[in-house]
Amino acid sequence: MTDASVSSPVLAVEDVAGHYGDSHILHGVSMHVSPGEVVTIVGRNGAGKTTLLRAIMGILAKRAGSIKVFDRETIAFAPEKIARLGVGYVPEERGIYATLDVTENLMLPPKVAEGGMSVEQIYQLFPNLHERRRSPGTRLSGGEQQMLAIARVLRTGAKLLLLDEPTEGLAPVIVQQIGATIELMKKQGLTLILVEQNFRFASRLADRHYVMENGRIVDEIERSQVTARMDAIKSYLGI
Amino acid sequence: MSMQALFGQLLVGLINGSFYAMLSLGLAIIFGLLGITNIAQGAFYMLGGFTTWLLFHWAGIGYFWALLLVPVIVGLVGAAIEKTLLRQVYNLDHMYGLLLTFGIMMFIQGMFVYFFATAGRPYAVPSALGGAYNLGFMYLPKYRGWVVLASVVFCFATWFAIEKTSLGRTLRAATENPTLTRAFGVNVPGLMTIGFGIGVALAGAAGVLAAPIYPVSPLMGADLIIVVFAVVVVGGMGSILGSIVTSMMLGLLEGLTKVVYPQGSNMVIFVIMFIVLLIRPAGLFGRER
Repeated sequence: MTDASVSSPVLAVEDVAGHYGDSHILHGVSMHVSPGEVVTIVGRNGAGKTTLLRAIMGILAKRAGSIKVFDRETIAFAPEKIARLGVGYVPEERGIYATLDVTENLMLPPKVAEGGMSVEQIYQLFPNLHERRRSPGTRLSGGEQQMLAIARVLRTGAKLLLLDEPTEGLAPVIVQQIGATIELMKKQGLTLILVEQNFRFASRLADRHYVMENGRIVDEIERSQVTARMDAIKSYLGI
Repeated sequence: MSMQALFGQLLVGLINGSFYAMLSLGLAIIFGLLGITNIAQGAFYMLGGFTTWLLFHWAGIGYFWALLLVPVIVGLVGAAIEKTLLRQVYNLDHMYGLLLTFGIMMFIQGMFVYFFATAGRPYAVPSALGGAYNLGFMYLPKYRGWVVLASVVFCFATWFAIEKTSLGRTLRAATENPTLTRAFGVNVPGLMTIGFGIGVALAGAAGVLAAPIYPVSPLMGADLIIVVFAVVVVGGMGSILGSIVTSMMLGLLEGLTKVVYPQGSNMVIFVIMFIVLLIRPAGLFGRER
């Protein structure tokens, strides 16, 4: 936390409102993320976590307030412009293209900054993907698709990554592998925002947690406070 | 029936199939990427034919230069229309795109009727492609062979560009999931302009190929587009290769019908369309949604 006030944040969200169609989903959300931090957004289903990521990415049709990415105000930016500031997105539905094979999926996002992993490094990290590099993206298993969705943004050199429910519906062994990958990303100094239902998984990785309820951030919990505040967390998440 | 007549009609069928292929291929790209059913595709074909004629009569620019220049010109006109007009209707129901392109077609066609009247204008076959080969069983006019060859090259080049290049990879991704593709930093709106340009440039190129065969007239596209839409319905909007294969097959079938039952030749594609709609509403190569 002390870092956050010194170095300028990678992401600063101020009083953001967001609509999905006619419904008002985000009500004055504010949050900030410092370089190299892993921050999760937790909360029950329908709290607005995915919508918040979509708002940051610029793919929410109606959004207002202020969202600064690497000190640039992006509220009026098109999504492609936000991505090119160095933001990588791993959507909840994974977004693997059926008309592209694995390698094509991997190569699709343009490089947005230096320092991304090479295709060889990525295939070393995910040997499964290498074996299946000529298969259409959607022929992969759920776990492989998730690996591919993560691998895809590692190539681009993006420094701020938004991961939406990366472990949803996956077998424990795959969840472990994804956890290890996130650890690796953290070691490389990437900044991560993780939306996660699985709090046990999230709490092992994250430096900080934001709790969302009904389109608002209602609490902020430091890693060091997690054990002490477990009862509150449980009641937030209904577990 | 003589062999000469049979092969002659099959050749005509193959040529018509070539035109269907280039137009429907363009339609498939445009529909996939923009979600717009471009009724004006026939008008861009006519624009191609007329620009070829105008380049020669106003500027003395011959056929082969036209084959290079006209698709670029037509593509640029298309890109300008996409940027100014089509862009406005993407968030509306598909019907608006249909109506808008219908209006664009009426406008382009109407302008040419106003300035040039409807009479067909002849365009000479380039001398390098004049004459015919005697194949033994038939005479093959060189130019007609050239049309089939050129359209195969155009179609193959388009297929290759879409399936095997990085621009095509991005184009396919933007077709499948435009929002996510933008979130990866791809300028999808720009890509849509390019896609529409390429789609109508194919129609323009077909217009160049057609100029020495069919009289160049403001209405040449209006006749063709009805059949092309039937071809698209039969083939389905699903695949690039599918629309090429369907076009050639239906062109040949049309030619064959001219030999065995001439009265039915204008109708046969529509009969096939009727049957396909009953059995496979999404078309032969289309995917059900």
